[in-house]
Amino acid sequence: MVEFFGETLYVYAVVPFLKIIAAIVVVLTIIAYTTFAERKILGFLQVRMGPNRVGPWGLLQPIADVVKLLGKEDVIPNRAVVWAYVLAPCLVVGPALLILSVIPFGPPSSAGPASSWFITDVNVGLLLVVAIASIGVYGLLLGGWASNNKFSMMGGLRAAAQMISYEVPQGFSLVVPLLMAGTLSLVGIVEAQLTQGRWFIFGFFPFGLLAFFIYFVSGVAESNRNPFDLPEAESELVAGFHTEYSGMRFALFFLGEYANMIVISAVAVTLFLGGWLRPFPNLEWLSFLDLGFLPPGLAGFLWFLIKLLVFLFVYIWFRGTFPRYRFDQLMDLGWKWLIPAALLAVVATSIWKVALL
Amino acid sequence: MESYLPIFIFLLVVMAFLVVVLVTARLLRHGGGRTLREPYECGNEPITLAHDYRFSIRYYLIAVLFVIFDVETIFLFPWAVMFDELALFGFIEMMIFLTILMVGYVYIWRRGALNWA
Repeated sequence: MVEFFGETLYVYAVVPFLKIIAAIVVVLTIIAYTTFAERKILGFLQVRMGPNRVGPWGLLQPIADVVKLLGKEDVIPNRAVVWAYVLAPCLVVGPALLILSVIPFGPPSSAGPASSWFITDVNVGLLLVVAIASIGVYGLLLGGWASNNKFSMMGGLRAAAQMISYEVPQGFSLVVPLLMAGTLSLVGIVEAQLTQGRWFIFGFFPFGLLAFFIYFVSGVAESNRNPFDLPEAESELVAGFHTEYSGMRFALFFLGEYANMIVISAVAVTLFLGGWLRPFPNLEWLSFLDLGFLPPGLAGFLWFLIKLLVFLFVYIWFRGTFPRYRFDQLMDLGWKWLIPAALLAVVATSIWKVALL
Repeated sequence: MESYLPIFIFLLVVMAFLVVVLVTARLLRHGGGRTLREPYECGNEPITLAHDYRFSIRYYLIAVLFVIFDVETIFLFPWAVMFDELALFGFIEMMIFLTILMVGYVYIWRRGALNWA
């Protein structure tokens, strides 16, 4: 008992608590500056300046946005179902943030779990990610329904149909890195990439690449981002499921969308792009990329962060490039193209693995 | 089992975060007027409620198909993890399973369940 309340409590409660606070602060900062980067990059893509008034180069814009959102009117529509209306944004943000608890941001430490660069490592990590991620759909559906507004209702229905449709190819595509790694633990999957000496995106070429492609396209659809932002298509549905939301509750929906982008990017980085590993972990002459002069683990974290930011840039790039899909095209892409392609990737990879046995 | 404790702590922290954010917003808010609290319909006062309407049966169909396919996905996960132990036996079993799945998939496609026209 003394043992439990001493060492174990320290390693599994106190230290993780500090890490959780740190992770949330870091992720919220990244989200704040992703919204800024999005407006800036979209500005440059459309040959204009983007926000440039608040602070030097517009850098204080996210802070001004938060202050503005806090001061906004807090509207609960007369005919809304109040408990569901209030609960919905929480159901979008909560799960998205909760997934961060199993993402390995950096390598484990030989000194034990307390000094490793992730919050916890469970042996059903990937299953947990899939399970928690699918709670988010309730938030959108409930928010759309509870507002008692026709636009919101349509948006909520679309969001639900879209998210569950793309969850199927996403689930299938996750099986490919599982076949390669043979473990569900996210730390174990990255370590398998180190042992096998290659990122899983290059494994069983081209099926690793195919699975990665399917995963990321489904991920963009799961987070309701362009070109799959049908649930909030402003040209037809005003603002979709969050038409009636204002102030901080709207901000929570917004936060949830960006947290989902980060989570999907982080899982893609972990499963396909080697997590905290440097490029080509098998090539000895590239070992200077391990940045050995930094404190242990920091280099791995930096590699993870760089890959994550590249993904976030790609999200913004998509938004600046692709026009929105039509709803029947969206469903066709999910059910008639991605599912067969994902099954092909799974079957081909398993045949290849059987041939190697 | 201890490794699940941080997830639970994370859940509590997230809930506390949400409560703090919403309470802060509540304290700082200023309320909306009467017309602002009507459901938004481009400026017209709504005559009917959104809950009065029925919606397309396709959404229901998609949900049912999703349940079927998602169960398949979860079935693939443990197989993929234990692939080396199950070896050829597991591989053949899974191919039979996927063939049955494909028959159903082709069937719903042919019956037009995947069309949104």
